[in-house]
Amino acid sequence: MMNRRPIYLDHAATSPLHPKALEAMLPYFTEKFGNPSSVYTIAQEARKALDEAHDKVASLLGARPTEIIFTSGGTESDNAAIKGVALAGRDWGDHIVTTNIEHHAVLHTCNFLEKQGFRVTYLPVDGDGLVTPAQVAAAVTEKTLLVSVMLANNEIGTIEPVAEIARAVKEKSPRTSVHTDAVQGLGALPVDVNRLGVDLLSLSSHKFRGPKGSGILYLRRGTPFTPQQSGGTQERNRRAGTENVAGIVGTAVAMELAVTEREKSAPRLAALRDRLIAGIEGSLEGVRLNGHRTQRLPNNVNFCFEFVEGESILLNLDFLGIAASSGSACTSASLEPSHVLLAIGVPVETAHGSVRFSLGPENTPEDMDYVVKALPGIIQRLRAMSPLAHQPR
Amino acid sequence: MYSEKVMEHFANPRNVGMIPDADGVGLEGNPVCGDLMKIYIKVKDNHIEDIKFQTFGCGAAVATSSMVTEMVKGKTLTEARTVTNKAVAEALGGLPPIKMHCSNLAADALHKAIDDYEGKGAKKSRESLYKEATSPDTGVRGGREAPPPAH
Ligand code: FES
Repeated sequence: MMNRRPIYLDHAATSPLHPKALEAMLPYFTEKFGNPSSVYTIAQEARKALDEAHDKVASLLGARPTEIIFTSGGTESDNAAIKGVALAGRDWGDHIVTTNIEHHAVLHTCNFLEKQGFRVTYLPVDGDGLVTPAQVAAAVTEKTLLVSVMLANNEIGTIEPVAEIARAVKEKSPRTSVHTDAVQGLGALPVDVNRLGVDLLSLSSHKFRGPKGSGILYLRRGTPFTPQQSGGTQERNRRAGTENVAGIVGTAVAMELAVTEREKSAPRLAALRDRLIAGIEGSLEGVRLNGHRTQRLPNNVNFCFEFVEGESILLNLDFLGIAASSGSACTSASLEPSHVLLAIGVPVETAHGSVRFSLGPENTPEDMDYVVKALPGIIQRLRAMSPLAHQPR
Repeated sequence: MYSEKVMEHFANPRNVGMIPDADGVGLEGNPVCGDLMKIYIKVKDNHIEDIKFQTFGCGAAVATSSMVTEMVKGKTLTEARTVTNKAVAEALGGLPPIKMHCSNLAADALHKAIDDYEGKGAKKSRESLYKEATSPDTGVRGGREAPPPAH
């Protein structure tokens, strides 16, 4: 196989900046460099760009411009949402409900709040990674400040029933706020804050071909919120610090493209996804698709390959120009396997052999076929090297 | 992330496989990430006549296994015993800090194989060695239950 063109299949990690976003951003690094808080003309250009970005993003989410807070990314948005609601409600509640497959930006923030005296319920998910509205509602009490459930899981692609969850929560406890980490959802799923019925929603710009270091927090009007940064009145006193004007401009442009192209791009990606899944299942024994088979992000493929280790698979794929990621302990800085795979019941040694392929707009059916052709050789070679493949189990 | 030497060994590992009638077998598990490395030796006149490995692990685990087999093939058992984890890592041009524990596996598995050959391996059958190494109670490869490594 002599395909030398790199095949990038890690869009869930990050995606290439859209050229139109880059083009829109450039003037704000140079001639339109002004601080939006200043009064003179140069600064007013930046101010105007900022206001337009609020309008644009708000309209794409079905929100009001004043409900949009620009942040440094998905992690900050999750932190601000969870800590912001928790600290604002100390007088009446002390409880948070989430799931055990959330991104670490949510889980570690919850861990932090536990140390500050809050109680957190981490709901288990089923074998497909799903949590049910009934499960969430049952965990909510009159002391529950916040429910945080992701729109779609970044590792296994499972789509959670967030709208139904929000409805069930509000029925039981109207003053409980509902947050969703929608970082993987934008551009793949409809993201409308009113249809979802959420009070807070996190987005990360570089996941939808915007710039890194830029994110969005939607905060529904009237939601009790304590800002996490002090020192300025930016973003209506909710996020101090001079705005990342170029990043915000790029975010709005990339988001508009991702949302308007979704109806075309999502089915196309889903077809590629299904081609890759069928190809892998048809060519290899001892594979397991992780995540829900149909209630799944259109661009997510995640498999475990038995008896082999993920980093070794990734390095071999890289030799062939294929970029993917793994939930193996050996690829994580903590040397712990993916908490998501363990949560859906994958045994530790099987989790080692996990590979996630996350597709993007530039991928083609030929790319999928190339991966399907490349994998069996890699897996067989590694299995031949593995002591597990030869041992009684 | 990895040195050229590591990548070279990973891409073309030496001495992969098993020796069905091995004189000694050493199995080592990594208690942190739960990986496994197995070394087979064939001994003649106190020399390592043949050596093979099987590894379930990351790029560094494969490269260190490959390197250790290359370093000791043809050597006396005494010489082979002097090969340390550090020496294996150095021969590979170093390892990323987080991967340093991987290099512990290779030399340890080799030393266990020599122990096995010399009968110090508590006369265990290969089967029971495997069971021991993979059982969570012995901690060798219980992964998460096992205590953290000393380093
Ligand atoms: S074998 Fe797991 S990190 Fe090296």
